[in-house]
Amino acid sequence: MSAVYADGMALGLREVLAEDPRVYLMGQYFFGLTRHRRLTVELMRDFPGRVWNPPIAEVGYAGTGIGAAISGLRPIVDIATASFIFQAWPQVVNEAANIRYMTGGQTGVPVVFHITHGIRGGGAAQHSHSPQAMLMNTPGLQIISPSTARDVRGLIRAAVQSDDPVVWIDHVKLFDIEGELPDAPETIPLGVADIKRRGTDLTIVATSLQVQRSLVAAERLAAEGIQAEVVDPRTLVPLDRATILQSVGRTGRLVVVDECHRSCGVGAEIAATVAEDAFDALRAPILRVATEDVPIPFSRTMEEAVQPTVEKIIAAAHAVMEGRRPRG
Amino acid sequence: MPSTVPSGALPAPQRLRQLRTMVRIRRFEEALIELAQAHDVGHFHVYIGQEATGGPALALLEDGDVAYSTHRNHGHLLARGVDPNAMLAEILGRATGTNGGKGGTLHLAAPAHGFPTTSASVGGPLPIAVGSAFAFRELGRDRVSVALFGDGALEEGAWHEAANIAALRQLPVVFLCENNSVGAVTQQAGDYPSSTLAVGTLADLARPFGIPAVVIDGSDSGAVHAAMSEALARARSGGGPSFIEARTVRWPGNQGIWAELVTGRVQVHYGWDPATIPDPHRAWFAEHDPVVRAVREALASGAGRDAIAAIEADATREMAAAVAFALASPWPDADEAFANLYADPRVNALATGRGAVR
Repeated sequence: MSAVYADGMALGLREVLAEDPRVYLMGQYFFGLTRHRRLTVELMRDFPGRVWNPPIAEVGYAGTGIGAAISGLRPIVDIATASFIFQAWPQVVNEAANIRYMTGGQTGVPVVFHITHGIRGGGAAQHSHSPQAMLMNTPGLQIISPSTARDVRGLIRAAVQSDDPVVWIDHVKLFDIEGELPDAPETIPLGVADIKRRGTDLTIVATSLQVQRSLVAAERLAAEGIQAEVVDPRTLVPLDRATILQSVGRTGRLVVVDECHRSCGVGAEIAATVAEDAFDALRAPILRVATEDVPIPFSRTMEEAVQPTVEKIIAAAHAVMEGRRPRG
Repeated sequence: MPSTVPSGALPAPQRLRQLRTMVRIRRFEEALIELAQAHDVGHFHVYIGQEATGGPALALLEDGDVAYSTHRNHGHLLARGVDPNAMLAEILGRATGTNGGKGGTLHLAAPAHGFPTTSASVGGPLPIAVGSAFAFRELGRDRVSVALFGDGALEEGAWHEAANIAALRQLPVVFLCENNSVGAVTQQAGDYPSSTLAVGTLADLARPFGIPAVVIDGSDSGAVHAAMSEALARARSGGGPSFIEARTVRWPGNQGIWAELVTGRVQVHYGWDPATIPDPHRAWFAEHDPVVRAVREALASGAGRDAIAAIEADATREMAAAVAFALASPWPDADEAFANLYADPRVNALATGRGAVR
C-alpha cells in the first residue's frame, strides 16, 4: 500500500506495541509539531498506559529508559529534536553505550532512543543538529537512519528486538515523503544496506533525507546519460561496509552525501573506508557533499547555502565523472 | 527539618551478622590498600568508615531488588554477598574478575546479587535506578530499586530530574545518600573533595518533591536498619520513593586523593579494650569508627568476645585468600577487548571489525 514516511513510523510503533507488552513509549513528540502528531494521539488511545509523557528532563527520562530496559521493559525513548540529545548525553553516551561492555557482557540495555535530526527550515543553530557522527563515534550504540516508510517500519522492529541500545534517527522532512508499505510486518536486520537505485557510472552513498535528494539527483543525471547507483546504508552502526565497497568496486566512483558537518561526519567515515579498502577500484577522487562547517544559520538564504542539496549532489557527480573537484 | 530515626534495638544474632559484613568490608579494603603498596593497582575508592550504612541497609534487600552503586562500591557488593575473590580480581584487571577485567574498581557489577551495572559518573545512576523502579511498577513486580550515592551526587542536575520523575510516578525507589563530607572540616587544598552545596541539610532537597526524608547517623547500624526497613516497606506497599541521608565521619585515611592505611588495621578488641587503641588515631577508633562501635553494640546486645574475635579471624583469612586468588589469576586475552560490545555476534563482528563477519 502507498503511505507516507510518518505512516511507516506509526505503523512500526503500533506493531511493536501490539506484539510485545514490554514496549513502552517514553515521550510523545515522535512526529514533532507536524500534522502527523495525531498519530501519537491514536497510539495513546489504543495503548492506554503504554505512552508516558515525561517532564522536560532528558537526563532523567533517558536514564529512566535505561533502568527500565535493564529491569525488563523495552522502552522507546523519544528525545524529539536531535539537538536535545545533548541534554541526555551522559545517559546515552556514558551509560547506555557502555553498560554491556563494562559489565563484561553481564547486563544489556535494550532501549531505543528516537531523535529527529537535521535542517528543518528555520530551526537555526539549536534545533537543526545531525549528531549521527558523534553517536557513531560511541561504541556500544547502534544507529538506524531510515529514509523510507518501509525501512523505518522494519527497522523499528529490529531496534526493539535488539538486546542493545539503538538510536533511531529520523528527519522531519522525510515525514511526508511517499512510499510503499508491504502488507505484512517485516524486520529489516541491522547492518544491511539497501541499493535504492541501480547504476553503473558512479556510486552515491547517502543517508536519511539525503537518500531522497540523491534519488532526485540520480534521475536528473540519468537524463544526461549518467547512471548513478544510490546506496542507503540504513544503519550507521553496524555499517554494511561490504555493500558499499562492492558498489564502488563496480562503478569506480564515489560521492558521499550526508547532513552531518563535513569534518569527521558520517560521510568522512564512509569515504575513509572506501579509500582504505577499495583504493584500487577508484577512478576518481571521492567527493563529499555535507553540511558546511558552520552552525546552522536561521535565514533561509544562508540555511540553503550550507546544506546538501540536489544541485550540490549533481555538481559532485559531474566532478567525479570528470575526475576533478567541484570546489576547486 | 526532616524526621530522624532512632537507633533500633536489635538482637545479638542480627548484630553479629551485621558486624560480620562490616568487618569483612573493612578487611577487604585494608587488604586492598596494602596490596596497592606493592602492586600497581591504580586509583580506587574505599568504603572504610561507611560500613554501618551499606552493610545493614543492603542486607535488607531481597532477591530481585536492585541497587545502583558508585565509584565507592566495594562495600555495597560485599554486603550483598558478592565473592571477594572475583571483586579483587576485577580490581586487578584479571580474567577471573566480576566483569572479566572490563570494568575495574569503578564498575564492579554482579547482576545475580542485584547490581546490574555500576556507574562511576557522579549522579548518573540516579535516573537509572528510577528506571528500574518504573519497570518494577509496570511489570507488577513487588521489587525495590535503590540508588546509592554520595553527597556530591546532589550537586548534579540528574538528582533533580530523577527525584521529580520518582515523585511524579510514586515509584518504588530508595534514595540512599551516604554523606561522608560531614567530618571533612579539616580538608585542605588537594585533599579528596567534599560536597559544595549551598544546602544545610541535604535531606531537605527531597522535601519539595514530597519524598519522605530522614537524616540518620550512618555509623549507627540500628538506625540504618530502621530507616531502610521503613523505606523498603513504603516502596513495596506502593508508597513511593524515600530519601535517607546517612551521615558518616570521614576516615582519616580518606583525607587525601589516594587512600592510605594511616590508622593501621582495625582490631575488634578496640571495642572492649579501648586502652589498646594506638594513640594517633584514638579519637577515630573510639568515637567514630563504625566497626568498633558495632563491636560495642554487639557486646551490649549479649554477643560474646569469642564470637566477635572469630568473625575477625575469618574475615582476615578470607581476604588474604582473596588477595592470593587475585594475584594468581590470569590476565584476560587481549582479544577479549573485542567481545561483549553487542549481544548479537553478527552485529558485534560488523561493528568491531573482528570475528566472522567483516
